[in-house]
Amino acid sequence: MSADFVLYEEEFRQLQEALKRLRQEANAKAVFLIDKNGQQIASAGDVEQFDTTSLASLTAGNVAATDGLAKLIGEREFSVLFHEGQQDHIHISIVAKRAILVVIFDDRSSLGLVRLRVKRASVDLEKIFETMAQKNDKGAEGPAHASPFSEITDDDIDALFGE
Amino acid sequence: MTFINYASKEINCKIVFYGPGLCGKTTNLQYIYNKTAPESKGKMISLATEADRTLFFDFLPLDLGSIRGFTTRFHLYTVPGQVFYDASRKLILKGVDGVVFVADSQDERMEANIESIRNLEQNLQEHGFDLATIPYALQFNKRDLANVTPVDVMYRTLNYKREPTFEAVATTGVGVFDTLKSVAKQILIELRKR
Repeated sequence: MSADFVLYEEEFRQLQEALKRLRQEANAKAVFLIDKNGQQIASAGDVEQFDTTSLASLTAGNVAATDGLAKLIGEREFSVLFHEGQQDHIHISIVAKRAILVVIFDDRSSLGLVRLRVKRASVDLEKIFETMAQKNDKGAEGPAHASPFSEITDDDIDALFGE
Repeated sequence: MTFINYASKEINCKIVFYGPGLCGKTTNLQYIYNKTAPESKGKMISLATEADRTLFFDFLPLDLGSIRGFTTRFHLYTVPGQVFYDASRKLILKGVDGVVFVADSQDERMEANIESIRNLEQNLQEHGFDLATIPYALQFNKRDLANVTPVDVMYRTLNYKREPTFEAVATTGVGVFDTLKSVAKQILIELRKR
């Protein structure tokens, strides 16, 4: 079974910084980083106007379906997806094999600029993910951060369901 | 794969409703959606065909409140039940934390139930999961119909590992939350073990 995905504050801040930078440099409306399982990790820009939970789940579904297509024709993956709308466009790419980077932009930017900036940002993001992976491995041996869930009681769980 | 975010103090878990075509997976989610307070749920998304059959998945994000200061969020998904959508079904199981199997109680659907559990077992294996160890609940749906198989027969035929089993009528909500609670509890207990 795959290990849990744990995100600590330090890396969260770094991811958010990287996304902020990407949003500025690519002149994008909003930038999201999403786990391949459909959970949002971080975001930057004008995110309030979007239903981010739905966006994350649909993007992950989209990427999963496209991955399936790639395998059918003998490709390892399609690393970039682009959806062109009348005003807004979505650029989707895979980062560090496990995350999805989504850039929403309009005609104040261009596909070329977004592609260029995404490439550069991906390098930064990959480094952060590497650190996260190392921390997760260490956590499995001797917890630097003790899991807050090791002490969950049955009462805690029952309380969640209002019993 | 549970996503624990220490920065925003959130735990995110994924529950998948599995079962043969027309067994009531989407109806389970719709009932949960209708009965949950607006502040505890997000939008329910259904990717369905024009005939209202699930094409890819239904999705419902649920906020169960907080546990030890962490907001506990469950993402509920259904799979498309029709046999020929197997490739899509497989994709939905990616990163799953717990499974609900919705069985159709009607006599003529027993074969379909058995086949679907076998399919679940196989598809889980392809993602490196084992039905024998993953948090799992079984639901006998449509108990209100006339042509249903007796519960003890269904239990002997479909119960995999003495998992918690519930009789349900998803259209009116009987057993729906009991099933959900059971699998959610198992996920949290699993989290405690790690």
